[in-house]
Amino acid sequence: MEPLRPSDYDDGAPERPIQQPALGVAGFGRFMWRQLTSMRTALILLLLLALAAIPGSLVPQRSSDPNGVVQFRRDDPELFEILDTLQLFDTFTSVWFSSIYLLLFISLVGCILPRTSHHLKALTSPPPATPSRLERLEHYRTVTVEGSPEDLLRTAEDTLRKNGYRVIVDQNSVSGERGYLRETANLVFHFALVGILLGLALGTGFKYQGQRVLVEGQTFTNQLTSYDSFNPGRFFTDSSLEPYSLTLNSFTPTYQFDFTSGFANPLDFVADMTLSDANGARDVELRVNQPLDHEGTSVYLLGNGFAPWITVYSPDGDVVFSQPVAFLPQDSNLTSLGVVKIPDGLPSQLGMIGFFYPSAVALETGALTSVYPEPDQPVLTLNIFRGDLGLDEGIPRNVYSLDTDALTQLTGGDTGRDSLVMGLGERVDLPSGLGSVEFTELRRFVSFDVHRDPTQLPVAISSALIMVGLIVTLFVTRRRAWIKITPGTKGESTVEFAGLARGEDPGLAKGLDDLVEAFSQSTKSRLKGK
Amino acid sequence: MDFAYLSLVGVYSAMAVYTVALFAFSWDLAKRSAAKPVPVMAGGGREAEAPAAPSTWGPFQRIGLTLLVLGWIIHLLATIGRGIAGNRVPWANMFEFGLTSTMLIVAVFLGTLFWKDLGYLGAYITGFVLLALGVVTVNFYVDVTPLPPALQSAWLVIHVFVASLATAFFALGAALSVLQLVRARYEVKQMAKARIMNTLPGSTVMESLAYRLNVVGFVMWSFTLIAGAIWAERAWGRYWGWDVKEVWTFIIWVLFAGYIHARATRGWRGSRAAWLAIIGFGAVIFNYTVVNIAFTGLHSYSGL
Repeated sequence: MEPLRPSDYDDGAPERPIQQPALGVAGFGRFMWRQLTSMRTALILLLLLALAAIPGSLVPQRSSDPNGVVQFRRDDPELFEILDTLQLFDTFTSVWFSSIYLLLFISLVGCILPRTSHHLKALTSPPPATPSRLERLEHYRTVTVEGSPEDLLRTAEDTLRKNGYRVIVDQNSVSGERGYLRETANLVFHFALVGILLGLALGTGFKYQGQRVLVEGQTFTNQLTSYDSFNPGRFFTDSSLEPYSLTLNSFTPTYQFDFTSGFANPLDFVADMTLSDANGARDVELRVNQPLDHEGTSVYLLGNGFAPWITVYSPDGDVVFSQPVAFLPQDSNLTSLGVVKIPDGLPSQLGMIGFFYPSAVALETGALTSVYPEPDQPVLTLNIFRGDLGLDEGIPRNVYSLDTDALTQLTGGDTGRDSLVMGLGERVDLPSGLGSVEFTELRRFVSFDVHRDPTQLPVAISSALIMVGLIVTLFVTRRRAWIKITPGTKGESTVEFAGLARGEDPGLAKGLDDLVEAFSQSTKSRLKGK
Repeated sequence: MDFAYLSLVGVYSAMAVYTVALFAFSWDLAKRSAAKPVPVMAGGGREAEAPAAPSTWGPFQRIGLTLLVLGWIIHLLATIGRGIAGNRVPWANMFEFGLTSTMLIVAVFLGTLFWKDLGYLGAYITGFVLLALGVVTVNFYVDVTPLPPALQSAWLVIHVFVASLATAFFALGAALSVLQLVRARYEVKQMAKARIMNTLPGSTVMESLAYRLNVVGFVMWSFTLIAGAIWAERAWGRYWGWDVKEVWTFIIWVLFAGYIHARATRGWRGSRAAWLAIIGFGAVIFNYTVVNIAFTGLHSYSGL
């Protein structure tokens, strides 16, 4: 049986006449369904899918580059509105992108389901009968050999079988077909694609993903309140969080200074952590490319930086703030930017925007810069702002940014007063007698992601099936072959060989030659044996 | 020994040899154009497969091939030297990727000559590799730097190497598709002056060869995509995140999937499918150049 294909499938054979059905309502429905599941529609949808993905690379995406989206909005608010209405910042979840791939997958399923049942039938039916005139086929050979027709027929059957054909004896001929695996693998490939789509769809429902910044000495507990940000799937519940905790003991980067370029090349980042769960505590190392897999979750080391410990004293000398503050790296030498907010304990609310330079060097302009990512000459500078920090209104604020619009700047910038500058362990007075601030200690922080995606394994299995299916279907050929024995008058017989390609089959001619050769060899050895 | 310097000397030497090879192949093409026309097996019907043995090669084609092999050996040594200089695989930034990919294009081309007589592609392959190697060396060259932690993974070896091998197969496939289109036009119009066309195989033969090279490329590209996803999961915590490079890898995969379907679709088999293969290879080049340089994403390892 032929593999079932859409009506416009082209295997290079001459065109078949077009059959035009009479269209009723059901007929029209069937016509539309055939259109949707036709090769041409699948092809157009594939090309549309490629086209529709392009904007996803031209415009920043909320999913992969949220900061880029914010930047875009700031730079061009009008264009932003237009593009946002068109869902261009969410290309891959947009209505138009989703419509294309959903239609493509409907078309795909509509194509492979009937093909599967057809193929199952083909697998259980015998090869087709031998055509009456083999010499009409393009690939045709004939040889004359001695031997009884019965023996030759048996030899022919053996030869085809040994070459992987399913065979059936049809009167004085043997009919064989091979390469059923081509269609099987093709179907496996397409079903695996559906498997990936289902995995992705289910994954968005059941997975979760959270981020956390952790300073040396701090402990993270895997519960909702411990995350700095958290993206749960639709079916996530608090009980989905596996109970364990991670303590960051130390973070050790290794750099190599390149004298030619003047840059420090990172060689290794290692976070030494202690993992504690119901089974006790153990030390683990977290590295880039080497996530920690625990209880179905994975912990990934994604970033690191410095967290200067800042202590703020009231005019009376009482400690009103004392903790490490994570400063976000701004360049490869870890010049870092951080924000401190002091809502209580001082005569007025204070905000600070600070720069941290691990290896500070003064430029000719007097501005500082960092020349190496290790703390050889750590310097902290702070600009002080005074006023309502807006923390009391119950609106969530970003801890890494300070909205200075409603604040009065006291140091740095146009104030005429220098920014506060501190080496490690130094304490300086705040302006206007507000108290003092100290760069108490230097620690490091790491940022890591915790992920859980239960559909990862099914998707991985589907991917493996895609590879296997693809290789098998592209390199196995479906082929028919016939061997026909016609007894002559003097004890010899004419043996005809014919082959027919079913789809792509560049090796058919050679395959047929091989069959003739194998047949002749076994006839000879059979004769010798007698 | 300064292997990085030796490697660079090797690259320039290989380019010099390739240049002479290009002259020889071009001279051969020019001679073909001047040759007396032979009967054409045009269009339709079944045509004989191109033979495997280069028995009918002209003297300049042989000179070109000899020089191409010589240039390739120097190119290969330069690539290995670069790897020794960095003490790692020589495909960790744009320059190195270009260096290795062009070396693989020549390697795959030389390999296919054992299979089919594709000698008529000599000028194209040599010209393309020479141009690409020149651009890469002049514009993308960076000094050897140690691998950043993000690239310290076995997947760098597998994922990137298979990607460059896929690129090599697509480059050859695209060359055949272009010639197939030109030849198909010629078969329809029988342009009297284009004698060179008579020395090429028929368009259906070239179509079939292009298909076979492109499907090998497609299998490798699929592997690149899956291996990349596995690596992305280990390095970035998710196997797919629509990073710009992922987007374009996906686009290329879909384009070649479209090509394979087009080849089995009535009305698309032949010229239209060939256009898809060419567009697909164009996307591969775009993915390597523009996406790496102009777009910001997680694959910013160009070193530029």
